[in-house]
Amino acid sequence: MRFERTAPPHVRPATSVTRVMGEVLLALVPATLAWAWFFGPGILYNMAVAVAVALACEAGALAMRGRAVGPHLLDLSAVVTAVLLAFCLPPLTPWWITATGAAFAIIFAKQLYGGLGYNPFNPAMAGYVVLLISFPEPLTHWLPPLGDTLGLAAATPGALETLRFTLTGVLPAGMAWDAIGGATPLDDLRTQLSLARTVDEVRAGPLYGLLGARGWEWVAAWTALGGAWLLWRRIIRWQIPLAVLLGVAVPAALFWLLDPGSHPPPTFHLFSGATMLCAFFIATDPVSAATSRRGRLVYGFGIGVLIFVIRSWGGYPDGVAFAVLLMNMAVPAIDHFTRPRTYGHAG
Amino acid sequence: MSTPRLWRFHGGLKLDPRTTRAAAEPIVTVPVPPRLVLPLSQHVGQPAEPTVAVGERVLRGQPIARPSGYVGAKVHASSSGVVTGIADQPVPHPSGLSAPCIVIDTDGMDEAWEGYEPLDSFAELGAAELRARVRAAGVVGLGGAAFPTAVKLGAGSGLKLLILNAAECEPYICCDERLLCERPDEVLTGAQVLMRALEIGRCCIAIEEDKPAARRALEAALAARGQPGIEVIPVPAIYPEGGERQLIKVLTGEEVPARGVPPDIGYLCHNVGTAAAVGRAVLRGEPLISRIVTVTGEGVAHPRNLEVRLGTPVADLVASCGGYTASAAHLLMGGAMMGFPLADDTLPVIKGTNCIVAASREEIRPRAPAMPCIRCGECAEVCPAQLLPQQLYWHARAAELDQLGDYHLFDCIECGCCDVACPSQIPLTQYFRYAKTELWARDRDRIRSDLARERFEARKQRIEAEQEARKRRLEEKARAAEQARGSEAARKAMIEDALERVQARRNQGDGESATDDREPGR
Repeated sequence: MRFERTAPPHVRPATSVTRVMGEVLLALVPATLAWAWFFGPGILYNMAVAVAVALACEAGALAMRGRAVGPHLLDLSAVVTAVLLAFCLPPLTPWWITATGAAFAIIFAKQLYGGLGYNPFNPAMAGYVVLLISFPEPLTHWLPPLGDTLGLAAATPGALETLRFTLTGVLPAGMAWDAIGGATPLDDLRTQLSLARTVDEVRAGPLYGLLGARGWEWVAAWTALGGAWLLWRRIIRWQIPLAVLLGVAVPAALFWLLDPGSHPPPTFHLFSGATMLCAFFIATDPVSAATSRRGRLVYGFGIGVLIFVIRSWGGYPDGVAFAVLLMNMAVPAIDHFTRPRTYGHAG
Repeated sequence: MSTPRLWRFHGGLKLDPRTTRAAAEPIVTVPVPPRLVLPLSQHVGQPAEPTVAVGERVLRGQPIARPSGYVGAKVHASSSGVVTGIADQPVPHPSGLSAPCIVIDTDGMDEAWEGYEPLDSFAELGAAELRARVRAAGVVGLGGAAFPTAVKLGAGSGLKLLILNAAECEPYICCDERLLCERPDEVLTGAQVLMRALEIGRCCIAIEEDKPAARRALEAALAARGQPGIEVIPVPAIYPEGGERQLIKVLTGEEVPARGVPPDIGYLCHNVGTAAAVGRAVLRGEPLISRIVTVTGEGVAHPRNLEVRLGTPVADLVASCGGYTASAAHLLMGGAMMGFPLADDTLPVIKGTNCIVAASREEIRPRAPAMPCIRCGECAEVCPAQLLPQQLYWHARAAELDQLGDYHLFDCIECGCCDVACPSQIPLTQYFRYAKTELWARDRDRIRSDLARERFEARKQRIEAEQEARKRRLEEKARAAEQARGSEAARKAMIEDALERVQARRNQGDGESATDDREPGR
């Protein structure tokens, strides 16, 4: 009797790239629903546009590079990139802006570097930064949470009106940005602080909530919950999320204690903007992150500190994208200096 | 019973042991087959040299090959019969190649050789005599590595602790578990012999927590004997805990130096099956001619452990387990993680054979196509050697051999954990095995080319030196000739000069004589 020959080990992995990416997408579901609840269905449209463009670009680039298209589309990594990009965009974003970001992320930040596994920079953040630099004005058109319900805006565009805006970039008749829109809380806080108001005065406003800002803090909480699930599922390890959160919280606490009038408390930083999304979903992108345990702590902490620095003194209200890209650059050096000690070798 | 402090080794995997069916069955003895094939190399080290000739009748336990170096082991006839061949035969080895074997056609009488004397007690024997008896019996490590036991016993003095390894952590393998269930006394006797041979006062038997029956049997036997210095230590069931470096870390918290061996830090590990074989060899004078083999997998009808004469074809083992089932598709020697595939079942059982797996296609699924590495680092999380498999993979793909050494490729124990943890389904262990052979080949080439270069340079130097010497000789000759010629010319010139001056003085007046002085002789 003759037998088939396969090299050891004969136990197959229980996991796959598709499964890892799929679980990341699942973990984003609660945050997505919270987002849509507070800011309207715009994020769903943005996701649809981003995913479609990302998959098309991925397929095109793979075909041009002569790679197998099917398995790489099924790995879902392009979908994760697109969804994360959509999370960064305002609810009312014309489709071509979203499409530009998704296309740049996939073609330039990912495929031109060699595709999955070879991109030194986080593609979603690279795509977002391109949009932030190219379309600064439309990217500031945020909606307040539950706009007209909470009396934060004169009107709120409905699902159809949002869809029409996504497709045409034109606001419905009778609606103006002044009436429906507003700055993000981080942006608002910046502006108000520059007008010599104190943090407490600003945070007494209707835009702000218990920990961060209304709506935003809930999105952050649901994001963290999804992240906790990923930790439990061992899709991500604890080092990067913890280090990012500490990187934000430690300097934030320090400055808040020294000067509470012009620095919001650390909890505000943790529950505002994209801190939670960054800690659990963006900084944890394995391809562009450091790999060793110590390296991940350094990498995450660096991102956290940079987020705080850019928010406090930089030119942008939130600093997640720049912080991630800057630390991406440092990854080879971090990996080099944080190699673990091999068994039986001296430290 | 107090629970001793335990440590952890880095990484590892919790794997499904897949031993439930086989471990529950008692050990059955396989009948002596009509033909035994005994490879001359069943151990680490130099192959043994045959001491019998074709046509010679041999008896059970008779030595038929002797070790050709210090690191080596005797081979004994597993049953009585006639040597019908000493030639290359297919042997069970990952390479799938053939190697020299002694073939014995058995006569069914299983007549014993009388060359060994049983002992009533080993109390009067010294360490050297015990070692000699172990060596004479051809005992090697039965955990799979097959390192000659007597060599290990000579490894050092002043050791702190003897560790008996019953941490059978690899899926499918349960021969040690069954041995402990049925013959715990043999293991304890072996432990005593080993302790005496090594002059060690302490011995611990490490057994995984998921084998409670074996542990109870061992503890009961230990209590009945009241043996001091030996303790049974349950350890958590994590693969590859049975690796001696990992086990030492768990038991002591210490690490064996990368290029060293356990005795360097005062420990010595032996497998429990080896201990039992040592006990039998010393007390009963039984050479190593049989061993316990687990035969399991969905491809065999009745998985169980078998007592098998060395040299028995794998097919006979499967037959003793009720034969193959319809789903048998793969045949492995060893466990699910490090076992290597056998092309057919005519290959013989050798000293290091602990397990035969006939697996179905559901048990061993085909590998999914590998995706690119996403640097998730799970491989590094599970690596018991604390390596960075993703970096090694990167450098192995790029054939950057120097970098591979830098990232400690040779500390890889090929346990396969990284493969199982990899979401991209990359066959990492295969890459590392390949890279190791590349590095070995390069080092061999380098040594060879270094030698060639040295020889070439020596030759060049020699030729240059000879040429130099000849040149010097020639030059000296020439200089001598030149000197000789030179002095003659100078004399001639002086004479001519003088003659000319005389001539000039004669021809002209005194005032003009200096003007032409520069000319002559140039």
